[in-house]
Amino acid sequence: MIRPTEIDIDREKGNFHYDTDYAFDAGIGLDENTVKYISGVKNEDSWLLDFRLNALLAFEKKPLPIHWATKDLQNIDFDVIRYYLSQGQEPRRTWEEVPDDIKNTFERLGIPEQERKFLAGVEAQFDSEAAYSRMKEDLEKEGVLFVGSKEGLSDHQEIFKKWFGKVIPTTDNKFSALNSAVFSGGSFIYVPPGVKLAQPLQAYFRINAENFGQFERTLIIADEGSEITYMEGCTAPKFETSTLHSAVVELVALKGAKIQYITVQNWSNNVFNLVTKRAHAEEEAEVRWIDCNIGSRLTMKYPGVVLKGRKARGEVLSIALANDGQHQDTGAKMIHAAEETTSNIIAKSVSIGEGRSSYRGLVRMPKHLKNCKNNTECDALLINNESQTDTYPAIAVQGDGNSVQHEASVSKVSADQIFYMQQRGLSEPEAMSLCVNGFVNDLIREFPMEYSVELKRLIDLEMEGSVG
Amino acid sequence: MNSLKINNLSASIEEKQILCDLSLEVPKGQVHAIMGPNGSGKSTLSKVLVGHPDYLVTSGNVLMDETEILGMDPDQISRLGLFLAFQYPIEVPGVSIANFIRSALQARLPKGEKIKAVDYYKSLYDKMDSLGIDRKFTSRSLNDGFSGGEKKRCEVLQMSMLDPTYCILDETDSGLDIDALRIVSDGVNRLRNSERGILVITHYQRLLEYIIPDCVHVMWEGKIVRSGDKSLALELEEKGYDWIKQEIAA
Repeated sequence: MIRPTEIDIDREKGNFHYDTDYAFDAGIGLDENTVKYISGVKNEDSWLLDFRLNALLAFEKKPLPIHWATKDLQNIDFDVIRYYLSQGQEPRRTWEEVPDDIKNTFERLGIPEQERKFLAGVEAQFDSEAAYSRMKEDLEKEGVLFVGSKEGLSDHQEIFKKWFGKVIPTTDNKFSALNSAVFSGGSFIYVPPGVKLAQPLQAYFRINAENFGQFERTLIIADEGSEITYMEGCTAPKFETSTLHSAVVELVALKGAKIQYITVQNWSNNVFNLVTKRAHAEEEAEVRWIDCNIGSRLTMKYPGVVLKGRKARGEVLSIALANDGQHQDTGAKMIHAAEETTSNIIAKSVSIGEGRSSYRGLVRMPKHLKNCKNNTECDALLINNESQTDTYPAIAVQGDGNSVQHEASVSKVSADQIFYMQQRGLSEPEAMSLCVNGFVNDLIREFPMEYSVELKRLIDLEMEGSVG
Repeated sequence: MNSLKINNLSASIEEKQILCDLSLEVPKGQVHAIMGPNGSGKSTLSKVLVGHPDYLVTSGNVLMDETEILGMDPDQISRLGLFLAFQYPIEVPGVSIANFIRSALQARLPKGEKIKAVDYYKSLYDKMDSLGIDRKFTSRSLNDGFSGGEKKRCEVLQMSMLDPTYCILDETDSGLDIDALRIVSDGVNRLRNSERGILVITHYQRLLEYIIPDCVHVMWEGKIVRSGDKSLALELEEKGYDWIKQEIAA
């Protein structure tokens, strides 16, 4: 598919923030008034306000999933979070018009430069709203829509309303309900039949404020035979207090469409990152999630594909790096709901220091379907004696016309390997980096190339100073 | 002096003394061989010299061109110019030979300087050709699934790429058939020059028919008990290690 030329990531790069005056602020804590404030600021239709209020009820009713997930979730204090902060609802179309603090932020993160180099369109979200959004004119002429959730649900209701909240229902989980109540920003994309985007569209999600929750909402609809690659990047400054990021991302690949969704998450270590991502794939459609989870305090994310049409194909390629004080709880879901559907999951995790990584997989193939295939590989690498990894595969396959392959491995970098490499002149961290890169290498090869270069660099940076 | 000089070295592992007051000097331009029965401490000596963290040095020092190397990290010792060809090279899955050697060379350059890929591959391919290693090996994982002979050839390849001042070959002949032995020995002989000292550790005299040493030392119970020219190796082969043991006992 598409090969972007550069993505720049550095663990410390996002660690700065500006004291910004926000024109719109929903205040601290969450109740009906918060939701009404957000909906009011956006001047929403009453159906959307009702949607939000129902979601708030669902959120309040649902318990935290601590019967299966980590108890660290209890440390999120929903009453001290600010749920909406913005300087305005309309994104600017040129960088010159973007307010200085925000423009400087994105310049430091290299976004305008990437846009010039290789992107078909960029949206840059600062806290709750996109500050900048622009797409190449020729794509506009072809009928491609690349807008925020507000514009998508007001100006293009006829396209987006049909699928909004359908791939991931409000009540899917506590955090999808939370997002549905207070969502703001995100990308709404529509690619008309047969249109194939040669370059990716990119969104960049930036958290600037302290005690803040970012709840973007993304919906991508690829109409019949169309193709799109979408990339998202995320950073936040390091704060003493925790920050919440809880997005909902819905993808719809209609007959024969291809969607590739790439995430580079590079959160600071105070971020709770609880994201629901799912795709709906119709006949002969292909959806591929490429998911790189680096940073954050706790990430819980299991991108999924519902294979709804014959010969649909779903894929999740996932890399997680859990360093000290981090828990990467990631995985994938493949729901086979039509014959001859295939899915592939490759998940690699690296636990460094006292980091912990967990893999959760779900593969479902009901009895009446034939010729469905799934391949799952999950491999874990432990760097130190204190590192931890666990795997929770759930495979529900019925009927005898289907095939599932599951391979899992856990390996540890041995003292002998490190000594051998040191004897050739590599320092201990360099040797570790080489082992980690070697471990993820065959997966990274599947990624767009320049992306993999940066990912390798990021892994090196993570390994530095992680050796005691 | 231009030599690898070991002075009165004693070392132990888990409170068991292995090296006892061992002294030895390998000058640049010479090949020395250490022979000895199993358990005499030959492999321990090689590991202590390159700074293996499991061994405790209780006395003595090791000077490489007058620089004390005991106490340095293994990677520092390596970059100073001491190379050990392992008896049992370690498998490192996922790390390709080309990438590994390149990283090792890169680690020797000052910060900011980069290896030129074209020059690197030319030199790598030249050396692979002369060691009879298929060029396809560059993308194979380091030692992963290699036969005994392939591992040893790969050690000599790394040695010639890293261009060390002093080399230790620990039982490089073990696990090699006669053809592989010849190829590996030819590779080592090509590295012989006036600017390099080589220490060959071996159990059998056979290797020394291919790599002809300037000096042969016999090691027993953690020290050098006899030194001589290459004829000492032949004598040992003929009379066996028991002969040395009896001589010492006498």
